[in-house]
Amino acid sequence: MADEALFLLLHNEMVSGVYKSAEQGEVENGRCITKLENMGFRVGQGLIERINTVLLLVNLFRFTKDTARFKDELDIMKFICKDFWTTVFKKQIDNLRTNHQGIYVLQDNKFRLLTQMSAGKQYLEHASKYLAFTCGLIRGGLSNLGIKSIVTAEVSSMPACKFQVMIQKL
Amino acid sequence: MSRPAHQRPAYHKINKDLFVLTYGALVAQLCKDYEKDEDVNQYLDKMGYGIGTRLVEDFLARSCVGRCHSYSEITDIIAQVAFKMYLGITPSVTCNNSSRNEFSLILDKNPLVEFVEELPAGRSSLCYCNLLCGIIRGALEMVHLAADVTFLQDRLKGDSVTEIGITFLKKREEKKYRRKK
Repeated sequence: MADEALFLLLHNEMVSGVYKSAEQGEVENGRCITKLENMGFRVGQGLIERINTVLLLVNLFRFTKDTARFKDELDIMKFICKDFWTTVFKKQIDNLRTNHQGIYVLQDNKFRLLTQMSAGKQYLEHASKYLAFTCGLIRGGLSNLGIKSIVTAEVSSMPACKFQVMIQKL
Repeated sequence: MSRPAHQRPAYHKINKDLFVLTYGALVAQLCKDYEKDEDVNQYLDKMGYGIGTRLVEDFLARSCVGRCHSYSEITDIIAQVAFKMYLGITPSVTCNNSSRNEFSLILDKNPLVEFVEELPAGRSSLCYCNLLCGIIRGALEMVHLAADVTFLQDRLKGDSVTEIGITFLKKREEKKYRRKK
């Protein structure tokens, strides 16, 4: 099914819609980013619920004593980089780095939501608008996996971008 | 983490959910931003229009449909090719009038509402799937066909089926084909 095109177009319309109904200025820009991020958060939570449901059905016959899927935080981040990213963007994260103290940097060299936009520095100032939803997506996914975090993104040259995840210890 | 091959197809199912979940989050946000149902409906229609004008290119590139010679042919293609390609469903088509410019698409399955049980309280005239109407309208306009597209029936509002009505309007004059004498 060609619904990647549908999602891409919907995402782009959402970004321009949010910004169209807002005024200029730093504060408004922040509000728009927050709106998009919050929508991504909800979707991220929903996706993890769906993954859990589907895997539960598939795995019913495989349950052992130890039913915990993830050993630790790093395991969860690897899941986000591999399975979660593949489910959403049809590819894996290209590079995962961590300082082993709760900060992870996920690098995607060909981020699907930016490939159609530019290859290089053109439109760089608009890139953050197109990353807000995905930051929320990661944050929402982690939230449903029991991790509270803050997710930001940075782009130096499209379509490569980096997502920084800061785990919040409760 | 190694995993058996049969788990991979499961993730394809979830990929379809991405669009449905995102759409749900969007409608929820719009309900927060706009008090009146008509405003939300209008916003969704406008958004759909923007998507439709671009989606049609993607559709034509993927489907290689030939030239259509009648409104009913076009409606059949929308139902059997486009809906199938993007939403995985095939609505049935009926023609509503004798001049053959009013059609209905009857959806017995609607993936957009898969996670929606009922409309939120106080939102009884919300056309949850109004994006679809805008998409069809925008796509048709890009191929020089003006049409009115609305929801005639909606399961979420208590009707027995979900029905989208397409009314093709008089074709705009093609000025460039007029010969200068």
